[in-house]
Order: sequence, then structure tokens, then C-alpha cells
Amino acid sequence: MAIHKIPSIQSSEITPRELFYNRRQFIQLTAGASLTALFPQALLAGEKFANVKKAAGKLPDELTPFKDVTSYNNFYEFGTGKEDPAKNAGSLKTRPWTVSVEGEVLKPKLFDIDELLKLAPLEERVYRLRCVEAWSMVIPWIGFPLAELLKRVEPTGNAKFVEFISLHDPEQMPGQKSASLNWPYREGLRIDEAMNPLTLLTLGLYGEVLPNQNGAPIRVVVPWKYGFKSAKSIVKIRLVEKQPVSSWMAAGPNEYGFYSNVNPAVDHPRWSQAKERRIGEFLKRPTLPFNGYAEQVAQLYAGMDLTKNF
Amino acid sequence: MSIKTLDNKALAWLKITVFLLALFPLCKLGLSAYFDDLGANPIEKITRTTGYWTLSFLLITLTITPMRRLSGWSWPARLRRMLGLFVFFYGSLHFLTYLVLDQFFDWTSIVNDIVKRPYITVGFPAFILLIPLAITSTNRMMKRLGGKRWRTLHSLIYLIAVGGVVHYWWLVKKDITNPLAFALLLAVLLGIRLIYWLRGLLKH
Repeated sequence: MAIHKIPSIQSSEITPRELFYNRRQFIQLTAGASLTALFPQALLAGEKFANVKKAAGKLPDELTPFKDVTSYNNFYEFGTGKEDPAKNAGSLKTRPWTVSVEGEVLKPKLFDIDELLKLAPLEERVYRLRCVEAWSMVIPWIGFPLAELLKRVEPTGNAKFVEFISLHDPEQMPGQKSASLNWPYREGLRIDEAMNPLTLLTLGLYGEVLPNQNGAPIRVVVPWKYGFKSAKSIVKIRLVEKQPVSSWMAAGPNEYGFYSNVNPAVDHPRWSQAKERRIGEFLKRPTLPFNGYAEQVAQLYAGMDLTKNF
Repeated sequence: MSIKTLDNKALAWLKITVFLLALFPLCKLGLSAYFDDLGANPIEKITRTTGYWTLSFLLITLTITPMRRLSGWSWPARLRRMLGLFVFFYGSLHFLTYLVLDQFFDWTSIVNDIVKRPYITVGFPAFILLIPLAITSTNRMMKRLGGKRWRTLHSLIYLIAVGGVVHYWWLVKKDITNPLAFALLLAVLLGIRLIYWLRGLLKH
């Protein structure tokens, strides 16, 4: 309940709201302008992208409001509560930031984040996001296919899997001070999943640079898999021969499999996956196989027993 | 009047105060709902909050007897029925949230949950067992059952408490800090009873 405090400042001394915000806006504008002059691509959370190719096909689904997308997050690096990331992610420093792409590749390279922002044309992609906890959202992401990055480092024939490693720095990520998961956060994809055009290397959402709580400055989004497969705040991408062990697989091998494709027919041991609550809706809706992307990805799993390879 | 035995007037005031305090979590939830401040997933928030307070009131109720024994005060026992009924009150809200808001009377899903989801398999009977305790909480029912039978029936609360804490523990995905706190408190409260019981056995 709101506790009403007696104001210690006289109301006559308080700057009117409009003036206050004008002043802030002015500072933001000038700061933004000078930054843009110095580094044309040095965008920080909240700033708008220019030149984003709009989403081609429109989903029939309504977008989840920006406020919900940025205030209800699973990002254990900033705490295990859904509201923790929005509260705590301010301590994450997204500049300078590099991503090392290495392993079974001919041209390993350390990419600077500002170089990645210019690596390929940015597109908007409206994707459904299905959390393993049976809730979902619809989010307009901004990025480019991960394949664009992977092609540039020239994977060798031994590159069967891709491992994503997130930042490990308990000073910036206070949630890492507790052993809620094995840090750093690790995730992985099979190389053909990683090269699939749906797999998006993501730098923004809702026309803006990624807010910290959504995995800034760079993450992947794999829309046909449960949300935890889409690693956030990535610092290293390794191409490897053996199937990597993800943080969630290590935490609960019988609950979280390597594939973790959205599948209404295979329940999580502790809850049903048949339905989901779309954030903002009251009645649950049925969950779609591969989160509705079966047409684009089902062939990747032809002949596989998806109950065993959950 | 001493702190050991409050007079009737003081006790009445104490009861009113505890009653109003016990309604505070519900008021807070109601206000948050009114001001659209329950976050992105209001149903989850309501489920979590009512569940949390059910367990909290359960543990508070179980504190009464040890408190009376350790302090020698008699009045805490006079609050026990009301606190116990608040366990049932918040438990009912929790259950109704699941039934109406979360599942919206989807009986197939509900039955599947009870059969297949361990945390609901223990949580559901824990709630159901609260019902006979609430029904038999009146003075008349106490007399009708007789003290001994009544006490035997109401010792179900220990089973319910264990079921409730296990329910919480099994539902949490990874961070078990909160369920662990509840489990430790429950262990202490049951442990004290065990000590008194063993001492009673030795005396006889």
C-alpha cells in the first residue's frame, strides 16, 4: 500500500513537471546529438534505430505492450523475480562490448558491438515468445539473421553446434552473486537451427535499442523454442563439434532438454504445456507446435522422437 | 490485568487489531488490482500472493501453542481460531484464483493437474483438508465432537502444513529461498512440539 509521506519541500519550490521534462529532453537531445556525432552507431538503451526494414509478413497476433515486454522478464542474472531485471539491470554496462566468435571456424574474430550493429541491414521481426512457464508475448524485435554473422567467420565441417555464452560479471549482474544457475549462462543450438533464417541476432525491440533487462546489448531470439533458449547479453559464440550443455540442462536434466522446442504434446514434468496465457489476455490459448513456426522449422526434426529429444 | 492474562476488554481490542491486520494483504491486493498495478501477469501475482499469505497464516497459527508454552501467557490461544480461519480464508482465495482466474473451470486441465503435477497433487488435498477444520471451528461443533475427537481431527493441520510447504517447494523452478524459509520455520515449530511431547512421555 502506498504510504503517504509529508513533503519536506514547499510545493512552490518544486519545478513544474513540464519544465522538468523539457529540461531532461533538452539534455537527452544534446547528449544524443553529440554522441551521434562522435560515434554514428553508439546507440544506448532506449534510443531509436533509424533505417530499420519493417516486418514483412504481419502476425495476426496483437503486440504485447512495451511496458509488459520490459517489466516482466526472466533474466536470472538480475534476480529470479519477474520484476527484478527491470529494477536491477541498470548496473549493466553495454559499452564497451565485444563478442568473440570462435571455435570451429576459419576466421575467428572479436567483434565490437558497434561493428555488429552495422554488419547487416537491421530488420524488424514480430515473433511470438513462449516461456517454458506457459506464458507468452508477441514482440517486435530488431536484428538480423544469426546466419549473417556465422557466414562471415566461415564455420568448418566440424562445426556441428553453436554455443552462446553470456556475460559473467557479478558486479554488473547482481543475480550472479547467488548460485541460482551455473554462471556464465550458456545456451546452444544445432548448426542448422542457428543458420535457420528465423534465428535472429537481436539488438533492439519496439524500434529501440534493447533495454538492459531484455538482454542488451546483443542476444539471440529463437522463436520456435522456449524463451530460455534465446541467450541474452552474449559475449562469446563458439562453434563446436559436440552438443553443448546449457545452464538449464545442468540445473535440471529431466526438466530442460537441449532442444526445448515449443511442444504442446510434451509436458514439462511440473506443468502442462498444452496451453499458455498470452500476457494481457484472460483465457488461456492453445499452444502451437513449434510455437506456430512448424512450417519453417519442423523439417529440421524430421524422423526425431520429440518426446525423447525434448 | 497482567500481560499473562489480558482482561476481556483488552482481548477484544487485540482481536479487532489482529483481524484488521490480517485483512491488510487482501486490501493491498485489492488496491493494486484497482490501480492496475499487478504487473504484466496479474493472475500469477494474485495466485502467488494469496498462496504466500495462506502459508504465512498457517505458520503464524502454529506459533500460538509454542508461544503460550514458552511465555506462560494464556491469551495467545484466544487468537488461534481466528488466525486458523484466516488460513482457510486465504487458502480459499488461492484455490478460487486457480479455479476461476487461472483455469476458468477447465475441469480436464484441473484433473490433469491434480493427477500429473506433483505440486498440485499435494497442494489440492492440503486445501481440501482445511475445509473440515473450518467447519468444526465453532464452539458448538467443538462440544458436539468432544475435546478428544476434536483435537485428533485438528491435528490434521500438521499434515496440511507439510503439504503446503512441499507444494510451494515443488512449484518453484530454481530459487528455493522462500520455500526454504517456510520449511525451516515449520521445522522449528514442529520441533518444539516434538520436544514437549517427548518430555511428556518421559514424565509418565
